[in-house]
Amino acid sequence: MSMYKVAVVGDKDSILGFKALGVTTYPVTGSEEAVDALQQIAKGKFAVVCITEAVAEQIQPQVEALQNKTLPAVVLIPNNKGTLGLGMAQIKRNAEKAIGADILFGKEGS
Amino acid sequence: MEIRVNPTRMELNRLRGRLQMAVRGHKLLKDKRDELMRQFLDLIKENKRLREELEGQLSRSFANFLLASAVMSRETLEEALMYPTADLTVEVETENIMSVRAPKITVVEKDVQETAPYGFATTSGELDSSIATLTKVMTKLIELAALEKKVHFLADEIDKTRRRVNALEHVMIPELEQTIRYIRMKLDESERSTLTRLMKIKEIVRA
Repeated sequence: MSMYKVAVVGDKDSILGFKALGVTTYPVTGSEEAVDALQQIAKGKFAVVCITEAVAEQIQPQVEALQNKTLPAVVLIPNNKGTLGLGMAQIKRNAEKAIGADILFGKEGS
Repeated sequence: MEIRVNPTRMELNRLRGRLQMAVRGHKLLKDKRDELMRQFLDLIKENKRLREELEGQLSRSFANFLLASAVMSRETLEEALMYPTADLTVEVETENIMSVRAPKITVVEKDVQETAPYGFATTSGELDSSIATLTKVMTKLIELAALEKKVHFLADEIDKTRRRVNALEHVMIPELEQTIRYIRMKLDESERSTLTRLMKIKEIVRA
């Protein structure tokens, strides 16, 4: 049993509050900084990485690469301007992949 | 389509064995798929519910935090949060669902006194409350992270299993059956031809 840490990646205003909880924060502004941050996270001992949707949207390939590994677990969070619906879209994608049809969101959609 | 083979009795036996194995594998994989699906349905519904709940809570705590930062100057806010006393660590175990390995993450409870990492003189009360709510959200966030990972892996596994089931059902098994049929026909045919040849020879010998 080993100890892991939690990281948060996002724009500074959104993630400042997390710092008080003892979470490692990576404030980023552009996609290059975000890629750097993710690389550092991949090397370190992190179990959970929260990425704001706005940042995740810019660096989707890297985020997906992390998602296919066992650890860390990536979770997309809305930033302080509200949600982009990426996290929900992902649940929907998983449902479609497994079941072949969208069962959760079908009612609102069509 | 049938596989090109020599129509011999040995080949026939071999193919029969393969067919039996394929049918058994098909049945097992189908059962596995059904069970995975059953678990997946529960998990994904839970996942959706948790995410909806969390997105609401997070935006509310962001709004709180925005309020807190509005009453304080930016420098004091950053100064207050610069050096956190709390240290959030989590423990990871692997959970095994139908041989899908997924991480199970639990927050390590520490007896840290719940004091803010800053003095109260320069900071506002809004900051205290926004951090308190954020702490609650964080626990759920970790739960959600693990759940989403589990759903992701399960979806992968279901996809893979379904492909295998389909490949066996629609390609492998019909192919084997056809080939077996082909060999049996060939063998029967050659048996008939031997028989007629023997009869013919017997006639000639007798005459």
